[in-house]
Amino acid sequence: MKTAAVKPAFNVDELRAQFPILKELVHGKPLVYFDNAATSQKPRRVIKAESAYYATINANVHRGVHTLSTKATEAQEAAREIVRKHINAKHAHEIIFTSGTTAGINLAAASLGQLLLKKGDEVVISGMEHHSNIVPWQLACERHGATLKVIPITDSGEWDLKQVPFSGKTRILAISHVSNTLGTINPVKKLIAQAKKQGIVTVVDGAQAIAHLNVNVQDLGCDLYAFSGHKAYGPTGIGVLYGRDELLERMPPWQGGGEMIDTVTLIQSTWAKLPFKFEAGTPNIAGIIGLGKAIRWMEDYDKAVMARHEHALLQHATKELLAIDGLRIIGTAKEKVGVISFVIDPSSASGSGVHHYDLGTLLDQQGIAVRTGHHCTQPLMDRFGVSGTTRVSFACFNSMEEVDTMVAALKKAIKMLR
Amino acid sequence: MFTDWQDRYEHLIELGKDLPLIAPEHKTDDNLVRGCQSRVWLHPEPQNGLIHFTADSDAMITKGIVALLVRVYNNRTPQEILGASTEFIDKIGLREHLSPNRANGLSAMIDQMKRYALADSAKP
Repeated sequence: MKTAAVKPAFNVDELRAQFPILKELVHGKPLVYFDNAATSQKPRRVIKAESAYYATINANVHRGVHTLSTKATEAQEAAREIVRKHINAKHAHEIIFTSGTTAGINLAAASLGQLLLKKGDEVVISGMEHHSNIVPWQLACERHGATLKVIPITDSGEWDLKQVPFSGKTRILAISHVSNTLGTINPVKKLIAQAKKQGIVTVVDGAQAIAHLNVNVQDLGCDLYAFSGHKAYGPTGIGVLYGRDELLERMPPWQGGGEMIDTVTLIQSTWAKLPFKFEAGTPNIAGIIGLGKAIRWMEDYDKAVMARHEHALLQHATKELLAIDGLRIIGTAKEKVGVISFVIDPSSASGSGVHHYDLGTLLDQQGIAVRTGHHCTQPLMDRFGVSGTTRVSFACFNSMEEVDTMVAALKKAIKMLR
Repeated sequence: MFTDWQDRYEHLIELGKDLPLIAPEHKTDDNLVRGCQSRVWLHPEPQNGLIHFTADSDAMITKGIVALLVRVYNNRTPQEILGASTEFIDKIGLREHLSPNRANGLSAMIDQMKRYALADSAKP
């Protein structure tokens, strides 16, 4: 009998020790990494898992009869089961490996477009979507003569639920679970329930949620849910598209190639069963194994415990930042993950505003990594009337001391720029 | 030339303040340098066989960088601009601004100045 794993108590120093990159110096200063919404850093366990795969069992999956191929296949399919369990999907074959959230949404838009969209139909997205959850739908709409409709965003950076543009023509709802720019945690479950009543297929962009929230796809009730490994302590180049199996069965394949076929003649082909119908070509096997490790790592530390720590960082940073003259936070929803987007406005006391590019550059000189610009959400920037923001985004390995270092560095930068 | 990052950037910001500013009517999309995270406008004016540049940016560091380039390339012949080396950038510790990262625009600015020079030199 296995004994239940004892969860280690949350200790940020112990956690930090597992991330080799945190020992790096940037411009001679200790790295403060606050760009986790772009990509999180990786614990040693994940880095080791990828290299161990190449060092010991590298072989192509599902085809070979030799031992290494069997081992690689077993490792890949074990990771699929880890993902299934983690997001509480019903079946492992509902887990499709992709290269990331972007590929997942492109698959969804291309395939669902072909299955569902006709001239005059409508697709609903929200005004805070990442370009990755806008452009694939624009392409699908253009191809099938459908129209894109948008849920407006309130001043606090939330969906205006009174103005959801569902109509009798709406076929698809595509929305983000968490905003990459604002950190808003959206009421996806509520909106999905509303969509389902009207027979609308629901697609969730979970890129920013997977590292911070316990995602339960059956509880959310969504049809499709996409996320990336690299934003959740896993490797780059690997992601997941979850799909309800009845729907996936009906959806046509997106990319053709090896692994995804049953039989091929020169006239026509028949498709492999799920999930392989959607996994053309040799998969990112090392990435899949690394993703499995990253998920196990998050489970060991417990996302809820990590989220509490990140929330404390968010509260402390918000308070300290708001004390800076002219600093305005864009995105003030009650429910947020550890993301703060802000601009420095002109102020009567201190003079001119400060451009995000200048801030990002001078923070970098002090060893602090933040994101600046439009964060691939230009429509959202337009909504708030700004050309870009400075964004700090936390992960579980960030500390209170780092927040204080960042705030001090920010004050220094602003002083130089005003 | 500068050892401390603060001195280097303060100098750059000061340089930006001396930039020959572009006239508002020349702040057009055509004169926008693509590939910068901040907005940069660069306006060339051929005068007696030389090219005269005016520019502006909404970010101070970028404005400093473009001012530096204008100091180097201003009032030169198209041939001089096309043949100029960018070694001076290394010397003043701005190498990082030449990285292929899309956020900074130094390479894009130099490219645009050279494109203007090329277009001008091609005129009959």
